[in-house]
Amino acid sequence: MSLEEDIYKEIILDNYRSRKNRMRLEDADLHSEGANPSCGDDVELFIKLSGDTIEAVSYEGIGCSICCASANLLCESLRGRSLAEAQQIILQYRDMLLEDGEPEFAEEISDLEAMQGVKNYPVRIKCALLAWNTVRDMLQNSAGGGQGG
Amino acid sequence: MSTIQSSVAVGAQSSALDVRKIREDFPILKRTMNGKPFVYLDNGATSLKPQAVIDAEIGYYTELGANIHRGVYEFSEKASALYDQARSKVAGFIGARDARQVVFTKSATESVNLIVYGWALKNIKPGDEICVSEIEHHANFVPWQMLAERCGATLRFIPLLPAEGTLDLSQLDQLINERTRVVAVTAMSNVTGYMPPLELILRRARAVGAITVVDGAQWVSHTAVDVESLDTDFLVFSAHKMCGPTGVGVLYGREQLLEEMDPFLFGGDMVQRVRKEKTVFKQIPDKFEAGTPNIAGVIGFGSAIDYLLGVGMEAIHAHEQQLLAYAMQQVSNVDTITTYGPSDLLSRGGILSFNVGDAHPHDTGTILDEDGIAVRTGLHCAHPFMHALGIPGTTRASFYLYNDKQDVDRLIASVRRVAEIFA
Repeated sequence: MSLEEDIYKEIILDNYRSRKNRMRLEDADLHSEGANPSCGDDVELFIKLSGDTIEAVSYEGIGCSICCASANLLCESLRGRSLAEAQQIILQYRDMLLEDGEPEFAEEISDLEAMQGVKNYPVRIKCALLAWNTVRDMLQNSAGGGQGG
Repeated sequence: MSTIQSSVAVGAQSSALDVRKIREDFPILKRTMNGKPFVYLDNGATSLKPQAVIDAEIGYYTELGANIHRGVYEFSEKASALYDQARSKVAGFIGARDARQVVFTKSATESVNLIVYGWALKNIKPGDEICVSEIEHHANFVPWQMLAERCGATLRFIPLLPAEGTLDLSQLDQLINERTRVVAVTAMSNVTGYMPPLELILRRARAVGAITVVDGAQWVSHTAVDVESLDTDFLVFSAHKMCGPTGVGVLYGREQLLEEMDPFLFGGDMVQRVRKEKTVFKQIPDKFEAGTPNIAGVIGFGSAIDYLLGVGMEAIHAHEQQLLAYAMQQVSNVDTITTYGPSDLLSRGGILSFNVGDAHPHDTGTILDEDGIAVRTGLHCAHPFMHALGIPGTTRASFYLYNDKQDVDRLIASVRRVAEIFA
């Protein structure tokens, strides 16, 4: 176990630095904010739907490498998915970090497995979950609000 | 830059303290963290405790055990005497004329709240003004914000000059004016260690008849304080940041103001006479200390005061300034590091706030943790300060009497690792 092997590896640092998904979606159908008040991490998520498919997803915010990398990976892995698929991916991701779930992500989103090393640093798990909890609540609320997906 | 150079010269002198001997007094410094010798640089959050303080607290539980100001038996009287002696020691430590001016609370935060509830709520009227600075810790900001909301008063801010790291006093006469009723300001920033020119601010406050509240949580523990010459109405601080136990705070106040103030907590131990129709409260400070207080903590605090006086507050202050100067010199060799706070190190206590390249403070803190180094990362309970600087937080190393140049060297080595990972 070392930091460079577990969390400060290239996939995470690349996703941390990536600006590709860092933007506001002005025509978003869903928008939600999440914050960890104790550390100041703060993310906003935007989703544009086409029927029950996530056509576009982006984020903005301030946070550490784990927080921002996980938000960027979230955008990469949920874009183009149906709401049901998205919820399945979110479930798996949370299981990977909170339970002992061995992740079985599809090949094209297997980068998500890079976040597994965060498990070795319990105080940082909340950083890896902030964006994912935010999107989970957002999708649940929209489904409850009669989104009809 | 010239100020830094001259301060480094100060740092090159031999230490004002026998740190090796002092370190022997703090048992936790013998521990390891993540397999590395423990380096504690989070003194702004809380200080470590010397064995003497731990022994005093244990001694109360093993030797006395009794409640205070109640029993007529020996152990209770002895416990009461130790509790009261601690109050006298604190009064002497800050130069208060009378031990009755020292009220024990549970924290500096509670002390500020006691002023708000006991004095301000009944004295502040719509249209009044309360003046704080932009660099306050939330403890000396949120209570005043709530007060202003409740009373219809206006909150004014002495602004930060972000580039200089100092307060902008150019508009002081407008910010503190004839409508100002309270001026609440920190004596030392918990983010940068900056010590604002208190005398100037307090003088202006007195000139308009405002009461003055000084947040000494970061200050009283690191320097010799004399409340008489400071001439403030209130001073708040906490025991745990000055080698004492957690759960004990202090409110120092002018006698007349404390007497005018209402109690905030009502109940046992704060009463003179209780009838069904009417209760008469005790005099100050007892009327503010309802319920069984943190007896062991206060007795331990008395021991902490003895310990600090034995070392010498001026020597502690000089030692920390030397460490800061050394740390600033070492940090200047790391390209990607940004530091915060005034360049005049003599206007600062032993706090080094910094960021490394584009590494977020939490990433820096995690890497330092793996190297056995404890620092604070994030917003430091000073969100308005961080917003004024426009940054998502800092990493803060804060020094105390048991830190030495080796600690700084370990910090710098680990910071270099952060810089490499985030290169």
